[in-house]
Amino acid sequence: MSKQTMMKKREQEKRRKFGMLIDLDRCTGCGSCMVACMSENNIPFRKDETDKLTSINWIRVFKLSNHKPFPETEICFLPMPCMHCQGKETGHTPCVSVCPVTATDYDSSTGIVSQIYSRCFGCRYCMVACPYHSRSFNWSDAVWPEGMEKMLNPQVSPRMRGVVEKCSFCYHRYQEARDKAHFEGRRNIAEEAYQTACTESCPAGAITFGDLNNPGHRIHQMVQPDLENGGRPKQKNVFRLLERLGTNPAVYYSSTRTWVRNMGDNRLLQENRQHTAAGSNLQDRRA
Amino acid sequence: MFPGVFEWVWDIGHLVFMGIFWLVITVLISGLVVAISRSISAANRELLEYDDTQSEP
Amino acid sequence: MDTTSGTGRLNHCSPRRFYLQLLPVFVLLTWGIYAMIRVWALGLNQTHMNNVYGFALWIWADLAIIALGGGAFFTGLLRYILGKKELTAIINFAVLVGVICYGSAMLILALDVGQPLRFWFIYWHANVHSMLTEVAFCLTVYFVILNIEFLPVLLENPKLRRIPFLKHLGHNTHAIMGLFAGIGVFLSFFHQGSLGGMTGVLYGRPFAYREGVLIWPWTFFLYTWSAAAAGPCFTLLTMKLTELVSGRKLVPDRVVDLLARIAGWMILSYTVAKTIDTVYWAGTTTVAAGFSWTRFYSENALFHGYWILVLEIIVCGLVPGLILVSEKGRIKKGLLFLSVVLVVVGICINRWTLVMQTVAMPVLPFEKWSLYLPSWQEVATTLIPLCSGIILVALSYRYLVLFPEENQLN
Repeated sequence: MSKQTMMKKREQEKRRKFGMLIDLDRCTGCGSCMVACMSENNIPFRKDETDKLTSINWIRVFKLSNHKPFPETEICFLPMPCMHCQGKETGHTPCVSVCPVTATDYDSSTGIVSQIYSRCFGCRYCMVACPYHSRSFNWSDAVWPEGMEKMLNPQVSPRMRGVVEKCSFCYHRYQEARDKAHFEGRRNIAEEAYQTACTESCPAGAITFGDLNNPGHRIHQMVQPDLENGGRPKQKNVFRLLERLGTNPAVYYSSTRTWVRNMGDNRLLQENRQHTAAGSNLQDRRA
Repeated sequence: MFPGVFEWVWDIGHLVFMGIFWLVITVLISGLVVAISRSISAANRELLEYDDTQSEP
Repeated sequence: MDTTSGTGRLNHCSPRRFYLQLLPVFVLLTWGIYAMIRVWALGLNQTHMNNVYGFALWIWADLAIIALGGGAFFTGLLRYILGKKELTAIINFAVLVGVICYGSAMLILALDVGQPLRFWFIYWHANVHSMLTEVAFCLTVYFVILNIEFLPVLLENPKLRRIPFLKHLGHNTHAIMGLFAGIGVFLSFFHQGSLGGMTGVLYGRPFAYREGVLIWPWTFFLYTWSAAAAGPCFTLLTMKLTELVSGRKLVPDRVVDLLARIAGWMILSYTVAKTIDTVYWAGTTTVAAGFSWTRFYSENALFHGYWILVLEIIVCGLVPGLILVSEKGRIKKGLLFLSVVLVVVGICINRWTLVMQTVAMPVLPFEKWSLYLPSWQEVATTLIPLCSGIILVALSYRYLVLFPEENQLN
């Protein structure tokens, strides 16, 4: 291999874009992903968690409905972590571009949007900018029940009151996998070496996680992202939330059900009529 | 905020933003220095004149 | 008992009566300070903000206060740059209102952020591409400038004038006031604009997002424009309230007329620009995001209905603008001050819609609206600017020469 080819290969290897594909036809809404995430990332909780709007959840499971009367009622569960948006041009992620102190950053080498707790001063501008409400704020100090602090993950720093936090695609696991590869003299990180906690915990296997830029990874084959068209999925039945806003998220969803795919974005009334009338590319294979 | 410190990069955004900021600060401080130095001179002059009038027979 | 404060002006009451009259304000201020201490000690869980309402009452109050404090920069522009000498009668007061407004805004910001002790990060680790960074830098420098502009007024106090250095400092600062006013106008243009730019750049929020020119969304220019309109109106309003409380005429009618006329043209032209912007946004920008503009006003019609749009643009924009630009409208003092109040209310509504309605409106089709009502801690702390403003105006009026033409008028 020539030196130039080797350098080009290393450049390509550096530009990973980690992403997720969630199969909504498999998700049962069990919430294992939420529990695993909370456990993995030392997410705090209060004595009274009834107010969900002040709860901290890095991944939330939504219950969707087609709002049709029986017997045509259908529901669907939709887990939603941080979308790790790449934005309109690289680095123009909605939340990253507005942070006044660079406490959040889009990493071009992994495609992950980071959050630096020791830099964040809690202005919450990023929370306002995010259309997915993926970010949570530490409204109170974390208090762990006695004895539970022993179960905290030492690889993830707990957060103080007054800072924003969000899903990091379990970045500490990426660091672990990368370090392991380095010590073993490898450049590549194997697909199974870096998987998020939610992916591993899903009993239905609804979540697929990997490098969207790596043709060898399952997610690339299942999504077929069009890199020249803002990462839009070429694969049928795969969609992203709020595609037309241009946030370019790294989290994809798939469903064979048309109404579920329609729930992924906003459409004008006349667009809805055209969408339903056309129907040609939309197959609704109900079990 | 300063060249070479943390997030500083030599791009057009930093040059324009920080350039204008430091220019404004310079003009502001210069104005204050002028006002303060003139005031000190005037106050000293007034004090000297007062001393002269006091020392006259 | 009539006493003088050494300003060569007759006051109406003794110090004892003066401070007794301010007692209710001090009580309210104490309540606000107690709430402030609770928030700093216990955290932002003292508020009713949540992960949907990341910006709420405080940010709205900040934006409104800063817009209303725009009278300082605009009156300064008219007096020191454009040479409208008759505004000498009100410029001191306008600057004081500016000092109070900007100082209050910074206090509220210190309360609102989760980690106030890290405030210096915004300067040291500045992200120059963020509108909020621009706001922070400009606000800080402008607050310093406002204090410099107020310095000559403060140093006019007879007791301070006895110190030669301070006497000359007041005089020499005033001599180069045009420089400070010019810098103030420059900074105000940018920070007033950046406050509008803060919501205008949010392409993830179709309700707030606006296209624009270069890096600036149209809301950038609209905010500066509206601040230039509402600022003088707020100055006139607070001046009128001071007249009512003091029982004395403070500013000549010709000065009120001049400022009202200029504010009228500003609010009228702003209303036209705002209407054009709203039509374009409704017809093009929101459509691209898959939203019909009617959806923003019909999904939660009670709190965010069409009435907000009508109130902001027509009742509090077009109507007072037409009254203030017409001589017949301005002659009737009651109508003039009603218009001034409407302009002030209109700008407060504008800031409300672009902060609160933006965060209230869900973007994902399956998310729900949620209601926000401020907690007592938020309300109490938001009253601090009002109370401290009243106290500072009262003290300044009593011990300083806020209105140079007051003696001639009474």
